[in-house]
Amino acid sequence: MPPPSPEADAALRPLQDVSLGALTMYVVPETSSLLPQGISVYVGKHRGALVRAGGGLAALRTRLRQLTQVMSFTASSIAAALSDRVPDGQLGPDARRHLKSSLGYEITFSLLNPDPKSHVVDWDIEDAVNRYVQPVLDKLSLVANFSVDSQILYYAVLGVTPRFDKESSSFLLSAHSLPHVINPVEARLGSSAASLYPVLNFLLYVPERSHSPLYIQDKDGAPVSTNAFHSPRWGGIMVYNVEAPAPPQASLPLHVDVDMVRVMEVFLAQLRLLFGLSREELPPEFLLESPGSEGLADWELDRLLWAHTVENIATVSTTLTSLAQLLDKIGNIVIKDDVASEVYRAVASAQSAMAKLATGHLHSAFQASKEAVTSSERAFFDPSLLHLLYFPDDQKFAIYIPLFLPMAVPILLSLAKIVRETRQRKKEPTKMD
Amino acid sequence: GAELWVWFQPTVTDVDKAWKELSNILSGIFCASLNFIDSTNTVTPTASFKPLGLANGTDHHLLRYAVLPREVVCTENLTPWKKLLPCGSKAGLAVLLKAERLFHSSYHSQAVHIRPICRDASCLAVSWELRQTLTVVFDTFSSGQGKKDWSLFKMFSRTLTDACPLASQSKVYVDISPKNKEKELLEVTPTPASVYEAIVQGDKRTYAVYDLLSPSLFNTSRSLNVQLKWKRPQDTELPTPVLHAQRYVSGYGLQTGEISTLIYNTHPYRAFPVILLETVPWYLRLYVHTLTIITKGKENKPSYIHYQPAQDRRRPHLLEMLIQLPANSVTKITIQFERALLKWTEYTPDPNHGFYVSSSVLSALVPSVIAMKDVDVEQSPLFTSLFPSSDGSSYFVRLYTEPLLVNLPTPDFSMPYNVICLTCTVVAVCYGSFYNLLTRTFHVEEPSRGGLAKRLANIIRKFRGVPPL
Repeated sequence: MPPPSPEADAALRPLQDVSLGALTMYVVPETSSLLPQGISVYVGKHRGALVRAGGGLAALRTRLRQLTQVMSFTASSIAAALSDRVPDGQLGPDARRHLKSSLGYEITFSLLNPDPKSHVVDWDIEDAVNRYVQPVLDKLSLVANFSVDSQILYYAVLGVTPRFDKESSSFLLSAHSLPHVINPVEARLGSSAASLYPVLNFLLYVPERSHSPLYIQDKDGAPVSTNAFHSPRWGGIMVYNVEAPAPPQASLPLHVDVDMVRVMEVFLAQLRLLFGLSREELPPEFLLESPGSEGLADWELDRLLWAHTVENIATVSTTLTSLAQLLDKIGNIVIKDDVASEVYRAVASAQSAMAKLATGHLHSAFQASKEAVTSSERAFFDPSLLHLLYFPDDQKFAIYIPLFLPMAVPILLSLAKIVRETRQRKKEPTKMD
Repeated sequence: GAELWVWFQPTVTDVDKAWKELSNILSGIFCASLNFIDSTNTVTPTASFKPLGLANGTDHHLLRYAVLPREVVCTENLTPWKKLLPCGSKAGLAVLLKAERLFHSSYHSQAVHIRPICRDASCLAVSWELRQTLTVVFDTFSSGQGKKDWSLFKMFSRTLTDACPLASQSKVYVDISPKNKEKELLEVTPTPASVYEAIVQGDKRTYAVYDLLSPSLFNTSRSLNVQLKWKRPQDTELPTPVLHAQRYVSGYGLQTGEISTLIYNTHPYRAFPVILLETVPWYLRLYVHTLTIITKGKENKPSYIHYQPAQDRRRPHLLEMLIQLPANSVTKITIQFERALLKWTEYTPDPNHGFYVSSSVLSALVPSVIAMKDVDVEQSPLFTSLFPSSDGSSYFVRLYTEPLLVNLPTPDFSMPYNVICLTCTVVAVCYGSFYNLLTRTFHVEEPSRGGLAKRLANIIRKFRGVPPL
């Protein structure tokens, strides 16, 4: 009989503090059967965990510390959130570039069909989004606003021609050609024309009949199992091969019904990776509960909020520092009252966010940091601060010098003459004839 | 110019804000500088521009209309227009649309229309229809060595090879109407599979149809190159349209002027009304009391006038009139205006080029000489959308007059520099002289032996035998 860890976790949930950022850990005796054999830590999908005691107090303390690092933040995860501001050398080559913190994101699902003569592709994207993607976005709605749309593009080819591999009689895209795939497609996507928020693109590519089947190779040369790859801060691409290659006499075009379950699995995994919610570096005795259709556990949401709050506060300080430097450079900028009040509000919100972070109130700290970012952006990008509105100093010189220089020249010459004459007169009385 | 008109849904609360956002987004999508649309060139017409397709309410406060007369169509507008087509320019009819041939023409215009329509005959669901049109006038007479023959290859430098696989209809129509019942005036190759007759704008026309989706079209050759040859030199008498109009500015000097619009009704016996919409920018101050409409020497009173005066730097003039045009007549509409002096930062970098006034719009239901039969939308979507007619006796026409170019009094922009130079010179000269007079000191100077020039002069004088200086 499988150990009742999920049920135990669910039963203990009403006793826990469910506010954002709080964690509850239950220590169970070593011989307890709540946890399966060989597992000493069970992490639930809400904000609780079960830890098996054993091996002494020091071992327990180590286990609790590791658990805190997994379920909450670490120094490296916070540093990764600030990766834009830290010089490159300090973070190491594998520092992940997760999506920047923003007030909203726009997600676009695109179906690329480069060969409409051979394939007629049908995908039930609306149903798939409602069933699989919407629960995840509802969970993430605390972090940002999401909007989803989809499109179908025809005659959109990848930028790279795949090689034909005789052994597997399939076409292969090697790992080092993947960065060149995205650029030609990006022009057709039309993503940033109509949105204020950053766009995440998820492309499903159905290869042409002459290039089927198409597999993506990883660095070692083996085909990737999901046949997909993602690009940080941009989105992901999945190649969907038409199954059972039809005999050459089959009447074109072939009808293709896309298996949305397989596709959405990959896209949702890529979405988690883009946000930085990857699960790795776990010691072997940890067991994580699967979050089900919601896509992410509560404590993973907390991790995201910690990182975003810190990033927001860093953004506010950078923006306000730039504004202060601008004011130093141009001395005669007029700051309107509403710009000044936005700056005050940004500073106050940032300070309250930091205070709340110190006490651990994650939800109010996140809201305060969002307000601080909005106010600081509104103050910094106000059109009344345009540099060109003010007279630069050399224009003032150009206007006043032609007037005052001709007047000043005779005055200076006569002053010089007066000085010379008084000096001569002072010498003369000493020369008495 | 560029024209944008939008009917907003009744659920929109702030129409002006939505209008500004929409014009900015469309400007980004079509690379068309539509972001210059603001309240100084937007109007709310009351009678023209009824909503297309299925429309629920007709509260004209939900309509916005703006024209940018200075905009020019170029390649950057054609590329996003082609991107909206499902096959792009890779297959179907759109392979002909290459920019370097299309813009080598006398007239080019492209449009995008979106309207809600019934999804099927029962009209239980609403779909959105996107209609894209491209109008190009090629002048084959001047580029074809004096012959009026044309072919697809000569016009576009490429031919049609296949139809777009996503299209349900892909046809080419060539107008082969015989004039004055004469046959064999022109010849079209390859021979068309079918011929379609329609009554278009009151005229009976015959079209040769090439259906790209029919498999028999590409049997003989891989590509389709439609060619038209004239058998006999055709007399150049073209029929004048029933309704046409002209507009011009008259007057002299830089203070006043007059805008005149001439509307011609060449129908032999039918009179019909026409709605005229004029949008004049605020810096031409119209005097509405000088508005006169004269037809055949007599005054013609419009049955409906809507006038919204301009507000400086905020709103343009809007004049809408419903005028009855008698049969076979010319109607002249004149209105006088005064030119305003703009602030010096409001002038464009080339102010002596002039300021544009957008074209006026004439909407009319023109009675047709020949009775038209109702055509089903399914059978000929092209003809019902291009030449719409609600009943068989008249067809709807929207005409645009020419835009106007008006000179405004322009200040001399080099004056600030001139003023500075003059003031500084005057001050320096006057002040300098006074200062000199006041502070000059005089002292006695002994006659010197002379400088170098004097000594040289004395040497030359000694040679000449003249007494020295």
